[in-house]
Amino acid sequence: MLKLLFSNQLYLVLAQALVAAIGAVIVVLLARRRGIHLESETLVAMLRGIIQITAVGSILLLLLRAPRWTSVFLLAGMMIAAGATSARRAKNMPGAFRVSAWSIAFGSGSVIAVMTWLGVIDTAITSLVPVGSMLITNAMNTNGLALNRFRADVLAHAGEIETALALGADAKNSVSPYVQAAFESSLIPAIDSLRSLGIVWIPGLMAGMLLSGARPVYAAIYQFVVLAMIFAASGLTSLVSTLLIRDGIFTAAQQLSLQPGR
Amino acid sequence: MDNIPVTRSPNPDPILRTEHLGRVVNEKILVDDVNFEVRSGEVLAIVGPSGAGKSSLLRLLNRLDEPTSGTVYLEGTDYREIAPRELRRKLGMVNQRPYLFPGTVAQNLQFGPLQRGESLSKDSVEGLLSQVGLKGYGSRNVANLSGGEAQRVSVARTLANSPLILLLDEPTSALDETSKREVEASIQTVVRDQGLTCILVTHDTAQAARLAARALVLESGRVVRNGPINEVLHA
Repeated sequence: MLKLLFSNQLYLVLAQALVAAIGAVIVVLLARRRGIHLESETLVAMLRGIIQITAVGSILLLLLRAPRWTSVFLLAGMMIAAGATSARRAKNMPGAFRVSAWSIAFGSGSVIAVMTWLGVIDTAITSLVPVGSMLITNAMNTNGLALNRFRADVLAHAGEIETALALGADAKNSVSPYVQAAFESSLIPAIDSLRSLGIVWIPGLMAGMLLSGARPVYAAIYQFVVLAMIFAASGLTSLVSTLLIRDGIFTAAQQLSLQPGR
Repeated sequence: MDNIPVTRSPNPDPILRTEHLGRVVNEKILVDDVNFEVRSGEVLAIVGPSGAGKSSLLRLLNRLDEPTSGTVYLEGTDYREIAPRELRRKLGMVNQRPYLFPGTVAQNLQFGPLQRGESLSKDSVEGLLSQVGLKGYGSRNVANLSGGEAQRVSVARTLANSPLILLLDEPTSALDETSKREVEASIQTVVRDQGLTCILVTHDTAQAARLAARALVLESGRVVRNGPINEVLHA
């Protein structure tokens, strides 16, 4: 119906945004009738959302016309931002940002580099950046899960860890069960994604390829390729981050520095 | 079990000596300028109210925490010059909670020796278990032990490292009266039979009187009294 009213594409998209926003306003009004006040929070979130996404859209427009080598800087920036986001999951853990940034850079960076070199990922910026961002995002999530689980386990088992230290165990051995648990649990989403592929969900990339006219079998296989790369990037990230963070929670005298209530 | 404190004549040279030992965390003083010494074969009780810094002091002796001032001398050597793992083996610690590792009693006893690539023979395991009154318990799963049995396994596990000094941090405070007496009896047996030097942290002055010959009273992290047990506890 909106297409009949607006022939100019800019006006059409603004009208679509307005109509979608009215849906959110209705929810706010319904909540208000029940005494729940979301007005200012929703207004700020919606304004931020439209400004941020429009800004990103404009930047992408410029970047997609940029030379191929710029994708390296773009992906490096994403890795640093992912490291900062992921480090928030490791509150009070010494060196969390450094560990997260290095782990994500190593895990996703090595998979992107090898796969691009082998020709699995196209070097065109329109291919490299979206696929690379998928690997970085998933590496970030895996890293966050690993650090969060490791931190929780160490805090819950500080007594067992210190008992092992007091019996002469070295720092690495005293936390090895928790390193293993953090690694395994962080990979559950990536494993489940592979396991349920095509049965529980049809991922966005495959749906997008189908909508743009790609052959279904080609789209399906490439989706598997992407998920396998995500698993590899996530696994490498988690492996590196759990090993690096393990060393960071002990002092030089092998004392546990991450303690409940400290 | 009798209630006579262990009163073997100690070696005149201190096996352990603290020098202006202190620890401050976030401007809170946990241990404040503590000076004392323990002679070989002696049993020293550290007593005081909750929050006096008793457990903090014991953690400093085992170097699970780092002193912010002063140091500890073990057999005349500054303990910062001893590798932490070797130091902790020599200063065996038993906590308030036993924290047994999943598996059998024997596997728990093997934990310490395995950390340095050694293994205990079956006879050694049985010998250690006999000392704590748990002969024949080697193959039992630790999940099926009572609180008192678990704590005695914890004592035996620490002894498996052949420590020079046994550090006991409120070893019976989480136990009922019967289990408490059983653990106390095990400690007395070990101290008597092996002539082991022992530092016992307890808030229970009666227990201190039963087990130790000398006591040190801590208040707000400072030593307020130090001397023979009867004099200190009745001062």
